[in-house]
Amino acid sequence: MLKNTHIKAAVAAVALAFAANASAADGTLDNVKSKGFLQCGVSTGLPGFSNPDADGNWQGLDVDVCRAVAAAVLGDASKVKYTPLTAKERFTALQSGEIDILSRNTTWTLTRDSSLGLNFAGVNYYDGQGFMVSKELGVSSAKELDGAAVCIQSGTTTELNLADYFREHGMKYTPVVFDTSDQTVKGFEAGRCDVLTSDQSQLYALRIKLAKPDSAMVLPEIISKEPLGPVVRQGDDQWLNIVKWSLFAMINAEEYGLSSANADDMLKSTNPNVRRILGLEGPKGKGLGLDDKWGYNIVKQVGSYGESFEKNVGTSSPLGIARGVNALWKDGGFQYAPPIR
Amino acid sequence: MAAHPSSKDNSANSLRKIWFDPNVRALVFQILVVIGVIGFFFYIISNALFNLEQRGITTGFGFMNQTAGFGIIQSLVEYDESHTFGRTFLVGLLNTILISVLGIIFATILGFIMGIARLSQNWLVSKVATVYIETLRNIPLLLQIFFWYFAVLRALPSPKQSLSIGEAVFLNVRGLYMPGPIMESGANIVVISFILAIIGSFVLAKWAKKRQMLTGQPFPIFSVSAAMIILVPTVVFFLMGSPIGLEYPALKGFNFRGGMVIIPELAALLVALTFYTAAFIAEIVRSGILAVSKGQSEAAESLGLTRTQALKLVIIPQAMRVIIPPLTSQYLNLTKNSSLATAIGYPDLVSVFMGTTLNQTGQAIEVIALTMAVYLTISIATSILMNIYNKKMALVER
Repeated sequence: MLKNTHIKAAVAAVALAFAANASAADGTLDNVKSKGFLQCGVSTGLPGFSNPDADGNWQGLDVDVCRAVAAAVLGDASKVKYTPLTAKERFTALQSGEIDILSRNTTWTLTRDSSLGLNFAGVNYYDGQGFMVSKELGVSSAKELDGAAVCIQSGTTTELNLADYFREHGMKYTPVVFDTSDQTVKGFEAGRCDVLTSDQSQLYALRIKLAKPDSAMVLPEIISKEPLGPVVRQGDDQWLNIVKWSLFAMINAEEYGLSSANADDMLKSTNPNVRRILGLEGPKGKGLGLDDKWGYNIVKQVGSYGESFEKNVGTSSPLGIARGVNALWKDGGFQYAPPIR
Repeated sequence: MAAHPSSKDNSANSLRKIWFDPNVRALVFQILVVIGVIGFFFYIISNALFNLEQRGITTGFGFMNQTAGFGIIQSLVEYDESHTFGRTFLVGLLNTILISVLGIIFATILGFIMGIARLSQNWLVSKVATVYIETLRNIPLLLQIFFWYFAVLRALPSPKQSLSIGEAVFLNVRGLYMPGPIMESGANIVVISFILAIIGSFVLAKWAKKRQMLTGQPFPIFSVSAAMIILVPTVVFFLMGSPIGLEYPALKGFNFRGGMVIIPELAALLVALTFYTAAFIAEIVRSGILAVSKGQSEAAESLGLTRTQALKLVIIPQAMRVIIPPLTSQYLNLTKNSSLATAIGYPDLVSVFMGTTLNQTGQAIEVIALTMAVYLTISIATSILMNIYNKKMALVER
């Protein structure tokens, strides 16, 4: 499987060489419509964000973004095919046109936005890098980690933040780099390293995967900003708009009290904001090149952002992450979507 | 008037003659093929460049001068986060060469032992070798790497409960820690004297062989060179006032610091590569030895040579002619298989450069092309060296 990783990367690079001159970035919308499904790049398995359930159906906060786009474009949230990608493969897969959208807990940075031929379509989770340690170690702060061996997943911003943090605090560390998050957890469990570092949301998810989740704890420090969001190819503004506004529709839906349960009742609502989200009045779907029910389909089939958050990562899920900075702006969080009008 | 058509006929004839000339035709077709191949590569390269530009993806090797900003667990040259991506390439390359060279040395030794053992007249020895070869070469290498890595990790204690030998050597799940040398001024001279002693022993060996050829007098080459290699640097070491000190590893905080360390990733990869490749080399050695006709060993026996002498002086030199070409391809396999290192996080070229660097910069085509070029270069260099050796060993026709 690991060898496969490199083969995939190489194949994607070759695909770039052979792809017809007509830029494949044009017309992603038409392409998705004509093939009848959305090809969505997800992680290789991260509970709460993108992870197959017992029946093999992909579930999670990132998966819901893909489902929302499929609902908006094709009218059916289930018309999504998933491509599990490691951190290393993800950008090449998107660049070469293997996937239509990358929704895989990917941090928005300047380099990625400007020199990889990609565009970020928003933020669906505000994260930050943290540390998980074994309780036996008796450490209560990241500042006590001088000289520690640290397990990391390769090909992430995490590697750079880690180096920055230790350098800034004049501490030394030994990096132990693995290919997938599963192997990283195995290395941590085997005692190869003292600390496992990753985005904090992932730490909670990986902790569930440990044989004894109670033996490990997540340290309070957050050492970086990790705004995670969906990514599309650069040069296809229409597609970028669709992905961007699918996410905004979910966030706006929460703000105005819409959910998958009440979507049909709300069609009778007199609130103009609600009516605009559901496509009963206002700009409808024309500007995006979608039909007028796009917003209704997202709300009805996928639900609001808050609904998705609670179900996948929130306090009612095994991860039990509090809304915190991911609450709506009016509840003191960062989630703020431009108005649909 | 009759001359006209005939001259036309002539020129047509001569054209046809040229066309049916096998040499000319071969040349024409070869030129066409070369043009086709060049055109093909020109097309895909220009097409890739066009596509990259269309999609706003940066191209070129400019990224090699940017600061890397990530740490690497093992480096043979000085490296930290502030070095460039170009440096990460060098670090990865050296780590790949290190594992390949170590793997080739150990696999050759173990392979020869096992190959000869398999032909042993001792029932137990030959059966052990057979079981070893049949088991190891029939299990996929990646599984073996995982096995050794996790077997090694699970079996070893945490740093605080390290196994130790006299407070100098420590073994734990983080690696094998040993005292490391500290070079002070004058240390260079000791190292140089050591290298000179080794070169001297080679010269001595050559001279001894020549003398034996001429006079039949054997020379105790092994003990003399061993004494030279040990004594000369030792004398120089004390003359220079002991310029090389030892730094002992010590447990500070979570881990041992100071001294030298062999990380478990290197150990597991080396063991897996060595055991796997040695099984193939053993079979090659066996086939080489069996290819030497029985008359040779009977002749050696009738000359009064012992079994060991016969093997060393008569059988193996002849067997080498059969052994070397397939041995070369095993060396190449080992080098290329070392890229499986990435599975367990050993920082080789594929892991460091084609993994982390590729992802941090996003320059997939450049990075992959460079990585492929490196493996090609290493493999061709190994081939050339082995071909030279092969020429030396080949049967000289008279």
